[in-house]
Amino acid sequence: MRRLICAAFALIILAGCSRPTQTGGTFLAVSPKAFGAAITEVSGGKQVAGIGAGLDQPVVVQVNDVQGSPVAGALVVFRTPGGAAASPPWGLTGPDGQFSSAVTLGSSAGRYQINASTIVKGGKSVELRLDEIALGLQQQQGRVLNDQYCSRCHDTESTPERVSNHDNLTAKPHAFTEGATLNAMSDADLVSIIGHGGPALNKSPEMPPYGYTLNKGDVDALIAYIRAVADPPYRLKGLTYAKN
Amino acid sequence: MRLKIQAWWQFFFGDSARAFGSLSVILLVCLAIAPAKDAFREWTRYQSRYVKLIRVRGEAATLQRRFQGGLQQIWMPELGVTDRCGTCHLGLKEASLWDVSTQPFRPHPPIPHSLTEFGCVMCHRGQGAATGVEEAHSSTLAWEQPILPARYLEASCGQCHSNNLTGTPQLNQGRKLLARYGCVSCHVLKTPNGQRLESTSRAPSLEHIAEKTTREWTFAWLKNPQAYAVTATMPNFQFTDADARDISAFLMSQSTPYLPAGAASEPGQAGDAAAGASVYGESFCASCHATVNAAGMTVGGDVGPELTRIGSKVKPVWLAEWLRNPKTYDPDTAMPHYRFDQKMLGPLRGFLEAKTDTDFLGSVHLEPATPEQIGHGKTLVTERGCASCHEINGIKKPDNFAPELTIVGSESLVKIVFAPGVAHTLPDYLQAKIRQPHTFPGSKMPQYTLTQPQVDALVTALLAQTERARTLPEALRVAGKRESNYRPAGKAGQLMADMNCFSCHAINGRGGDMAPDLTFEGSSVQRRWLVSFMKNPNTLRPALIRRMPRFNVTGAEAETIADYLLTVYQTPDFDRDDFDPAKFSAGDVESGRQLFYSKYACQACHIVDPQNDKGYIGPTLTQVGARLNAAWIFHWLKDPQALRPGTQEPNRNMSDADARALTAFLIKQNKEAAKK
Repeated sequence: MRRLICAAFALIILAGCSRPTQTGGTFLAVSPKAFGAAITEVSGGKQVAGIGAGLDQPVVVQVNDVQGSPVAGALVVFRTPGGAAASPPWGLTGPDGQFSSAVTLGSSAGRYQINASTIVKGGKSVELRLDEIALGLQQQQGRVLNDQYCSRCHDTESTPERVSNHDNLTAKPHAFTEGATLNAMSDADLVSIIGHGGPALNKSPEMPPYGYTLNKGDVDALIAYIRAVADPPYRLKGLTYAKN
Repeated sequence: MRLKIQAWWQFFFGDSARAFGSLSVILLVCLAIAPAKDAFREWTRYQSRYVKLIRVRGEAATLQRRFQGGLQQIWMPELGVTDRCGTCHLGLKEASLWDVSTQPFRPHPPIPHSLTEFGCVMCHRGQGAATGVEEAHSSTLAWEQPILPARYLEASCGQCHSNNLTGTPQLNQGRKLLARYGCVSCHVLKTPNGQRLESTSRAPSLEHIAEKTTREWTFAWLKNPQAYAVTATMPNFQFTDADARDISAFLMSQSTPYLPAGAASEPGQAGDAAAGASVYGESFCASCHATVNAAGMTVGGDVGPELTRIGSKVKPVWLAEWLRNPKTYDPDTAMPHYRFDQKMLGPLRGFLEAKTDTDFLGSVHLEPATPEQIGHGKTLVTERGCASCHEINGIKKPDNFAPELTIVGSESLVKIVFAPGVAHTLPDYLQAKIRQPHTFPGSKMPQYTLTQPQVDALVTALLAQTERARTLPEALRVAGKRESNYRPAGKAGQLMADMNCFSCHAINGRGGDMAPDLTFEGSSVQRRWLVSFMKNPNTLRPALIRRMPRFNVTGAEAETIADYLLTVYQTPDFDRDDFDPAKFSAGDVESGRQLFYSKYACQACHIVDPQNDKGYIGPTLTQVGARLNAAWIFHWLKDPQALRPGTQEPNRNMSDADARALTAFLIKQNKEAAKK
């Protein structure tokens, strides 16, 4: 009798000590009804949002077969890096071969690479990588300044609500997403061209100086924003020290 | 069994020497527990991991020198901050760790404040004093202060900053929405400096509603305002058919005439709708009013109500009088008095009356109201707080109709009644409360139609309303812009009120931001131009879609306003007659031309020669010599932001000589003068 009580007591203590078990690996509740050969992006890549925020538009991908026609009922799985989340994270493509998911970004600024994959015949999978951009406080400030001072000329898109001046200029400004050009410019170059205008780098005077209008923090914020939206992504080249 | 225990007892405590030895061992073990616990603390693991991480990096020597082991604490009693976050977050101030992506070692992204002056919990919340991961952050358990999710982080800026910051668009929008959607009409919400947030949208008075619209429309609107206009600000109160019937009956019964009997002018025949469409366009009605076009897009401003189905709403007699002079019906309306003549009124009425939607009122059939229904309607109107926003005869605006929101951002979780299915955190509660108020038992809050970013913005603004914000040291508070109650005087003042200049223009700190600030307009423009512009405004900025409408003023009215503007709204910094254009030489003009086209490349944004120049971001300058004063041009070129803060034109840091030459060139841009 006493032994029984002891055993029960020990069990209770053990139960109290154990941590609540977390749900284990992902279990896919659906199984594919069809298999495609390729996965492509329909819309929703390279969106810009604040840290931790949901993207304005859903991320939509399409599964195609070998001929390139859409496949309905193929399984699509979204894998998101730490902090980011897709809802729903997996599912079957609709009749139009498309699958759409709402993505929320993580809590630190930077790029979030979303991996969308589908299983093809034979059990292998093909994948598609989509970049989404999260802006922190500094980049967010840069985005607002960009809207106020820069985008009228640097944004090539013209809408009825906001016409672009891009086409009226003899020297065409680079869109801030043009990573190929802008990534090659150092921060110091960007500080000079923003602060002192185009002639500072032997470029067109149609780019006016903003160094007497914006303060240093504003210029840094703008550069942080330009770096954040660059495509291909901007990679900071750190100093390399000799290792002992 | 018992024998065995007795044997053990004998072995350890059999005689005094054995007992002493055993007790000493037990005592030593007990004493060792505390240091052992300390030695295996969670944070020591992170510190040793950090040491390993920095050892292999290029700048190891610097990082190792700056590394301090042991508990790290920031203590600021005056702010109520005791932060030990730096104990594990060791790389916060090490910019050289930019490529480290694993927490807790990431460097902090750049912010305008020093980490040691403000600490961490001021912005991130959480338990600053805790030294365990769970305890410090936990947002899953009901800590009073869990970590603030990143999507609402801007709320923290709002604790000190009552002004609009560039870096916090979400917070700024949230505050704007609180004022625009009438949240602050029912809820009291005071900013940290004790100022009450006032509603910026004025719900229409319902004292004369029967003159304006029918009971059927009122019924359909009460049932679902968004079915009438997608952009409607009024939320859906989810009234039943019977409730909507009774409220519409009561509203009609309390309505009084707004004109003395027989004073209404004969509305006459409504004119041709097609001609009316061009009056609508020429008068720039779309600057304030939206309509849904054939493609299903909502086009137009959001100052006035949407007009897509206006023909199903208003009574023709009321519409005629309203278009003639809106101030007779509502003296405080934002709609300007347009002074339309009969030739414009008829077609405009025809155009608006044709904007009907038969589906909207098709299914509404109301029997004449009984006194019981009217009585019940009055009870409902009182219960649902309609008078918080609308003026209604016989019902007083209720005080404190809804819970105060001044410190809702630090509301204790134990006081909150969560609806089923809502996660037990404050942000989730606020989200749910705004999105589905009806799921909370006993809630009187109506259902809003808001997008997810709008709800996020509102929650951010509400989370900024914390107890900490209220008790901050005065020195840390950054005051918001205080709306002035400036009103111009005299005849011109009356005219400006009649035309509601302040709906779009700001002067001396009061007014809208749709059009340029006119505080220094008197120093800027020439009288002749201003008089003709008032009579017939032409396009100055081609890139803008919102334009100054024509108010059809008489010559005398235009001159009254022009004289007042020119006398009163001058900058104290210079005299507008300082520069005599006659004194500029041909050489000045030529060097100005060269500066304009080469050194400063002004043609990127402005047009002087319509044949060759294309830039249309700034105002067209073909007639600038007839529009602006030379002194204004000179001082504007020297420092545009000083004359109109926030203007897009950058400060070029021009020398006086350059600015003078450009002024000489620009003041010559005056075709009429050239003809003479």
